[in-house]
Amino acid sequence: MEIKGKAFVFGDDVNTDEIIPARYLNTSEPKELAKYCMEDARPGFGKRDDLKSNIIVAGENFGCGSSREHAPIAIKAAGISCVIAKSFARIFLRNSINIGLPIIELEEANKINEEDKLRINFDRGEIVNETTKEKFKFQSYPDFMKSIISEGGWINYAKKLIKEENHEKK
Amino acid sequence: MGETFVQKVFSKKVGKKVVHGEIVVLEPDYVMSHDNAAPISKIFDKFGVEKVKYPERIVIILDHTVPAPTEVEASNHKLIREFVKKQGITNFYDINNGICHQVLSEKGYALPSKIILGSDSHTTTYGAFGAFSAGIGRTEVASIWATGELWMKVPEVHKFIIKGKLPEGVFAKDVALHIIGKIGADGATYKAVEFTGEVAENFTIASRMVLSNMAAEMGAKAGYFLPDEKTLEYVKDIAKSDYEVLTSDPDAEYEKIVEFDVSDLTPQIAKPHTVDNVSPINEVLGTKIHQGLIGTCTNGRLEDLEIAAKILKGRKVKSGVRCLVFAASMQEFIKALKKGIFETLAESGCIIMNPGCGPCLGAHEGVLAPGEVAISTANRNFKGRMGSREAFIYLASPATVAASVIEGEITDPGKYLL
Repeated sequence: MEIKGKAFVFGDDVNTDEIIPARYLNTSEPKELAKYCMEDARPGFGKRDDLKSNIIVAGENFGCGSSREHAPIAIKAAGISCVIAKSFARIFLRNSINIGLPIIELEEANKINEEDKLRINFDRGEIVNETTKEKFKFQSYPDFMKSIISEGGWINYAKKLIKEENHEKK
Repeated sequence: MGETFVQKVFSKKVGKKVVHGEIVVLEPDYVMSHDNAAPISKIFDKFGVEKVKYPERIVIILDHTVPAPTEVEASNHKLIREFVKKQGITNFYDINNGICHQVLSEKGYALPSKIILGSDSHTTTYGAFGAFSAGIGRTEVASIWATGELWMKVPEVHKFIIKGKLPEGVFAKDVALHIIGKIGADGATYKAVEFTGEVAENFTIASRMVLSNMAAEMGAKAGYFLPDEKTLEYVKDIAKSDYEVLTSDPDAEYEKIVEFDVSDLTPQIAKPHTVDNVSPINEVLGTKIHQGLIGTCTNGRLEDLEIAAKILKGRKVKSGVRCLVFAASMQEFIKALKKGIFETLAESGCIIMNPGCGPCLGAHEGVLAPGEVAISTANRNFKGRMGSREAFIYLASPATVAASVIEGEITDPGKYLL
C-alpha cells in the first residue's frame, strides 16, 4: 500500500470544529461535508480543486474536541488520502480508522513543509519527503489495518469477516 | 527492558509480544453497555447476523433512566429485555441493580488482567481491580456483539505516583480532582495511567474506583491500579471467570512518570464548567448552593454514604437546599440501610433515591433549573450536564457535599470531622 501526494500543513490542536464547523452538521452527506472540510482552520480549503490524493500534515492533538465522526468523513470525502500528525486526539484516531481514513503518527511531522511532495509506504512504515530528500519511519500498518482501509471502514471489514466465517462453516 | 502491565495484558491477549503504540485486533473478555444497548441493537441489525457471537461476554445493565421516566425510555428498556432474551444474554441486570460500573464490579466481571470495553466513557472504573478497561463507541460495541473482536491501540503508560499522607477530611475524590487540575482534561489523552505510590496502595477498593473512574476526565483511555491483596480479597468469592495477576516490571518503560505529594492537600473543588477548573476549597468557600448530590458511579459506595452520614448526623440540611442521595448499587444500598445510614440521612432532610445514575447526566430525578447551583460528587460538571444550560455545577467529595448542604454554601468538611 503506497500513497503519493503533496502536503497541506496545519498547526497544533486543530479541533473538530475547525475540521468541520458545527454549522455544517445538518447533513451527514460526505460530499456536502467535504466542501467545508478544514473551513475554520483555512477558509475555502474544502472547495480547492487540488485536494485529491494529497495529504494533510499537522502538529499535536489533531482532531481534538467533539466525538463527531463527520470530521474524518469530511476529510476523506474531500479526497485527502492520509493525515499525518505528531499526535491525534483519541476519538478522532478511532473514528478515522473506523471510517477508513489512513492516519499516521509521526514525531517529525513538523519537518514537513507546505507543498512538499511525500511518498508513503504503509507496508514498510516509511515516508519519503521527495522535496527535502528526508526519510521518516512510522509504525507500519498490520494487514488487518490495510484491509479496514481497503474495505472502506471497520463495519464493512467486520461484515466481510462475518461473511468469510459463514462461508467456512458451509 | 521490562514490560508494563499494559504490554503484558495485551501480549497475553493477542498471543505475541506487543509494544506501546502498536495497533492490534483482539477479543475483549467482556463488553458492557447500559440503556444505550437499545440504539446499539439497532446498529447491530446492520451487520446482517442473526445472533451475537459470544452472548456470555456481553453484559447489559439498565441504569441511566431507571425506573423509566417517559414512554421513550420505557420502550427502550422493553426492547433491551426482548433483545437479551432472544440473544440468550444472561448477564443482564434490570433496573433494580444499580449503576453499571458498580454492578459490573460487584458481580465479579471486573477482574485482574481482563480487557473490558464498554459504551460509556467511565468504563475506565474497572482499572481499580487491575483490569484494562476503556470506553468505546456504540458502533464499536455493536461490531463486538457481531464479530467478538475490535482493533485497539496499545497505549503508552503514564505512571502517577501518589505519595505522602492524606490529611484528615481529604479523600480520594480530592486527590482525583487535584490531579486533573494539575494535568488538565487532556493531560493523559489516549494514555493508560498507572496509579501507584503509598497513598494509592493504602486506598480501599472503593477509593481506587474513584480514581479509575475519573481517569476518563484526564483524557485517559484506561486508569488502573496493579492488583494486590485487597484486590484479590475483593474478587475471590465473586469472580465470574478465571483470571491471571499481572503487574508492571520494575524496569518497565513509561512515557512519563509524575509524582503527586498529597500531604498538604486540602479539599478540592472543580468549578463550572470543566472538570479541570479545580481550586482548593478556600477559594470558593461561601458559594451559595441550591442542591447537593451524593452518589453516582464516582462516589455512591458505602464509605461515601458513611462519611456523609457522619457529618449530617444530628444536623439538618439547610432550609431551601435539597440534598439527593443515590447509592451506586442495590448492594451498597442494602449495606447502608442495615447500618442505619439512611435513617440518619433522612432525619437530616436528605431525599433517599433508588440506586441509579439519577440526575448526574440530566435525564431525570432532580435536574437543575436556570440559575441554580449544585454541588455534586459526580465526575462531570459540563454546561447543561444536570439539566439547564444556565445552571452551575461544582464537583467535590461526599464529605464536602454533606458539609455544604448543612450550611447552604460551599463548606470545608474539616470542622464537622473533629
